[in-house]
Amino acid sequence: MTLETAALRRAAKASLWLQPHRIVLMLAAVVIVLAAIRFMRWDWLPAYMPLALEGIWRTIWLLVVTATLGISLAIPLGLAQAAGPPWLAVPARAFCTVIRGTPLLLQLWLLYYGLGSLFPQFPWIRESFLWPYLRQAWPYGVLSLTLSYAGYEGEVMRGAFAGVPRGQLEAARAFGMSRWTAFRRIWLKQALQRALPTLAGETVLQLKATPLVATITMIDVYAVASRVRQETFVTYEPLLLLALVYMAITGVIVFLFRRLEARIPNRLG
Amino acid sequence: MLSLHPPGWGGNLLRGLVSSVEIAVGAFGLGLLIGVCGAWGKLYGGPMVRDLFGLYTTIVRAVPELVLILMLYFAGTDLVNRVLELFGYAPVDINGLVAGIGVLGVVQGAYSTEVLRGAILAVPQGQIEAARAYGMPGGLLLRRIPLPAMLPFAIPGLANLWLIATKDTALLAVVGFNELTQTTRLAAGATKAYFTFFLAAGILYLALTLFSNAIIGRVERWARRGQPPIAEAR
Repeated sequence: MTLETAALRRAAKASLWLQPHRIVLMLAAVVIVLAAIRFMRWDWLPAYMPLALEGIWRTIWLLVVTATLGISLAIPLGLAQAAGPPWLAVPARAFCTVIRGTPLLLQLWLLYYGLGSLFPQFPWIRESFLWPYLRQAWPYGVLSLTLSYAGYEGEVMRGAFAGVPRGQLEAARAFGMSRWTAFRRIWLKQALQRALPTLAGETVLQLKATPLVATITMIDVYAVASRVRQETFVTYEPLLLLALVYMAITGVIVFLFRRLEARIPNRLG
Repeated sequence: MLSLHPPGWGGNLLRGLVSSVEIAVGAFGLGLLIGVCGAWGKLYGGPMVRDLFGLYTTIVRAVPELVLILMLYFAGTDLVNRVLELFGYAPVDINGLVAGIGVLGVVQGAYSTEVLRGAILAVPQGQIEAARAYGMPGGLLLRRIPLPAMLPFAIPGLANLWLIATKDTALLAVVGFNELTQTTRLAAGATKAYFTFFLAAGILYLALTLFSNAIIGRVERWARRGQPPIAEAR
C-alpha cells in the first residue's frame, strides 16, 4: 500500500515535470547536441585532454584554496565590523569598501604587475627564501582572489554576526560558558548558518572570477581553452565546452551547499 | 606621469573612465530592458516562455562573464557579418562600444530579471486587485500601484547590479576594448610605472563607486518615502 502510493506520487511528480512543452524543449536540446557533435570540429579534443583535465583540477584547487583562506579572513573582518572597537572596525570597513569598489581584474594586475615590478628593487626581498615563489604567477593569483573573497564575505559576515539575537549570547554566558566557548558554539555557529545561502551564491561568483588568473599566465581551464583557440583556430567549440565545464562545477557547488544547509536545524533562535 | 597633457597619461585615463561609464550605463539600461521583459515573461508568460527565460538566467548566471564575453563577442560579430553578407552588404567591423554594451547587457539582463521578478512578487496582490476594483485602466494602474510599490524592493538589487556593471566593464580589457583598465595597462606598459598607474585607476574606480553609493542612498530614501526606516538588527 505505502509502496504503491509512493510510486504513484513519484509518477505524478514526473508527469508534472514532463509537461508536453518540456518534452519538445528536450528534443530540441538533443537535436542541438547531436548537430554540435556531428557538424562541429572536435578532432582537437584528444590531444588537449590531459591539459584540459589539469586545467579543471587547477581551477577547482584555486577555488577551494581561495574560498577557505578567504572565509577565515572574512570571519575576523565581519566580527571587527559588527562588534569590534572603532580602531578595528574602521580599517575592516575600509578594506571591504576598497575591495568591493574596484574591479578584481585591476586588483589582480595591481598585485602582479605593480607589486611584481616593485619587488626586484629591494635586495633583501630578492635574497629571502620567498623570492622563488614571488617570481611565479600563482601566489599573486591566490592572494588577490583570497582578498577579494574576504572583502565580499567580510560584509556578509558582518550582517550575519549582527543578526544573531543578543539573548542567545546572554544565555550562553549565563550558562557559564567562557567568552571563547560562547563565540565558538553559539555566535559563530549561528552566524555561519545564517550566512550559508549567501555564501553559496558568493562561492559561485568566486568560481566565475577564477578565469581572470589566466590573464597573469596561470594555466587554468579557461587558459587551456584560449590556447586551443590560438593554436588550432577553432573558436566556438572550446568555448562551448568551457561553458559546460563551468556549469557542471556550479552544479556541484550548489549541490554541496544544499547538503550543508539540509543539516542545519530549521528552528533558529 | 599622471598630468593631463600628452607627456602625462592622466587625460587618457580620464577618457578611459568616461568610456567605462558609457558602457556601464548602456549595459545597465539594456539589462533593465531585458530584465523587464524577462520578469514579465517569467511571471505571466506561457509555459514555454517561462522555461526559456529560466534557461537563459540559469546559464548566464552559471558561466563566467569572461567566457560569455568572448563567446558573445565572437559569435555576435560573426552573426552580424553573416547576416549582412546574406543581404549583400560588405562585412563591417563592429564598433567596440556597441559590442561591449550588447555583451554586458545580456549578462546584466539575467540578473535584473531575477531582481525585478522578486520585487514584483513582493507587492501584495490585494493592492492591485483593489486598484482594479476602483476601475483604474491598465497603464494608470501600472504607474500608480505596482511600479512605486515594487521600487523599494527593487532598488537595492538594481543598485548592486549597477556597481557590478561598472566593475564588469574592466573585463572588456581582455578583448582589447579601450576602457579604463586597458588604457591603464597601456600607460603602465609604456612608462614601466605599473604600480602608480594601477593604483591611480583603482582610485578612479573607487571614486565612481563611492559617488554612485551617495546617489543610490538618496534615490533609495526617495523610493522608500512614507515607509518606516529599516532598523539595523540589534
